[in-house]
Amino acid sequence: MEATVTGTEDKVWGGGNKPLRASYGKMMMWFFILSDALTFSGFLAAYGFSRFKFIDSWPIADEVYNHFPGTHGDNPMYFVALMTFILIASSVTMVLAVDAGHHNNRKKTTFYMFLTIIGGAIFLGSQAWEWTNFIKGSYGALETKGGQILQFVNTETTPDDEKMYRVSVEDFATASFKERTQHQSKQGLWYVSESALPTYSVQDVITGFNADPTLAVRTQEIIPDVAALKASDNPADVAKGERFEKMYVNSDHKGHKGILTREESEKALKDAVTYVKGANLIHNEYGNRLFGDFFFFITGFHGFHVFSGVVINVIIFFNILLGTYERRKNNYEMVEKVGLYWHFVDLVWVFVFTFFYLV
Amino acid sequence: MAHDHDEHIEHKLAIFRGRLKFKSNVQKIWGVLIFLSIVTIIEVLLGIVKPPILVDNYFVGMKLLNWVFIVLTIVKAYYIAWDFMHLRDEKSSLRRAVVWTAVFLISYLIFILLQEGTYIEDVKTNGFIKWDF
Repeated sequence: MEATVTGTEDKVWGGGNKPLRASYGKMMMWFFILSDALTFSGFLAAYGFSRFKFIDSWPIADEVYNHFPGTHGDNPMYFVALMTFILIASSVTMVLAVDAGHHNNRKKTTFYMFLTIIGGAIFLGSQAWEWTNFIKGSYGALETKGGQILQFVNTETTPDDEKMYRVSVEDFATASFKERTQHQSKQGLWYVSESALPTYSVQDVITGFNADPTLAVRTQEIIPDVAALKASDNPADVAKGERFEKMYVNSDHKGHKGILTREESEKALKDAVTYVKGANLIHNEYGNRLFGDFFFFITGFHGFHVFSGVVINVIIFFNILLGTYERRKNNYEMVEKVGLYWHFVDLVWVFVFTFFYLV
Repeated sequence: MAHDHDEHIEHKLAIFRGRLKFKSNVQKIWGVLIFLSIVTIIEVLLGIVKPPILVDNYFVGMKLLNWVFIVLTIVKAYYIAWDFMHLRDEKSSLRRAVVWTAVFLISYLIFILLQEGTYIEDVKTNGFIKWDF
């Protein structure tokens, strides 16, 4: 059939051509990735904004994400490092699948796609585990009227180990009998409900605290360089340095969270309004409320991308098995396009890893 | 249909500005994996050890250690995009259309938000506003 003559047939932008040597689909995948990258940048920059806003009280990542499956105690970083390896490895199997696709090798493409799907699934499982730990929490804390988090430490140290270790609220608070129970729709007004009541009342925690003189409150404030502040010419800095020295027992531990003296601890506890354990979108025991929100939102949005990626990979996997791409004019290009998306998910994780866990 | 075959993708097999050449694309993929793993291990080690020189010294308002992390992250991102996503093999026009757009917009976004965050922190700390009730 004779095509309509438009006079642009041999020109670069005349149509049916690949001006950037990339097919339409591939180029559009690139621009989708670009826009998605900007979305993630928006989220991460917003995280940075909030963090810079609360730079002197932001939670320390190593203290929040310190679990590793099958172990107890403090294991910061290892688990996320493992998750990073898993995702990079699944990225590698994806490139290998793309490469095998370029050679029209159906068997190898199938095999590598399968490995990629497994890698993605393991990553999702790891993220679920990470979320579970974050939501469950480990020590518990009190929250004040102003939304500050008060954690607890044992001030007894040995000469070999000067670190004051965190104490779980469950270890010293004693739950007293309470008249008040959680309202459920079956008990009263069926159209009214409320969320679960905290395990301990503030009074339970304070009673336990008063009974144990070795305990102290750990605030969110990060100790600055107190010596430098006191040597400053600015009277405001000197006053700030003196305040830190007076309030905190560890005012010489720059970069640590401030631990209040016993007297200041008791004063601080008067402002407490509720007991928090773990995290949700409104409260979290780790510190600033925004910290939990950003964690859920950004890792959740990334996890959703991984999930979509796995679903798309599964579809492509079955298409390869059915021989769909052998019949197509552009052969295995679909594997390449999906591969781009999958690598992008890995790319985003590299940044999430840095900004949530390292920096 | 013949045109699909004559423009078969050619891979550029050298990384580190030509200092490291691979024999095949598959070999390059494994090479890049090893490199990315090494960078991640360095990041994790730095994150655990936290060398005092890097923690106590600041550059443009941020700890040197954080700068190291950010630079290493960008290095990783570069190799993922260039070798796993084959940007190295694409025409430079496509590469620039994607990468430059992101780089310029993201740089501006980061600048404006971090600048504003720092300002609010300053007002909150030094201004006459009570934040903790």
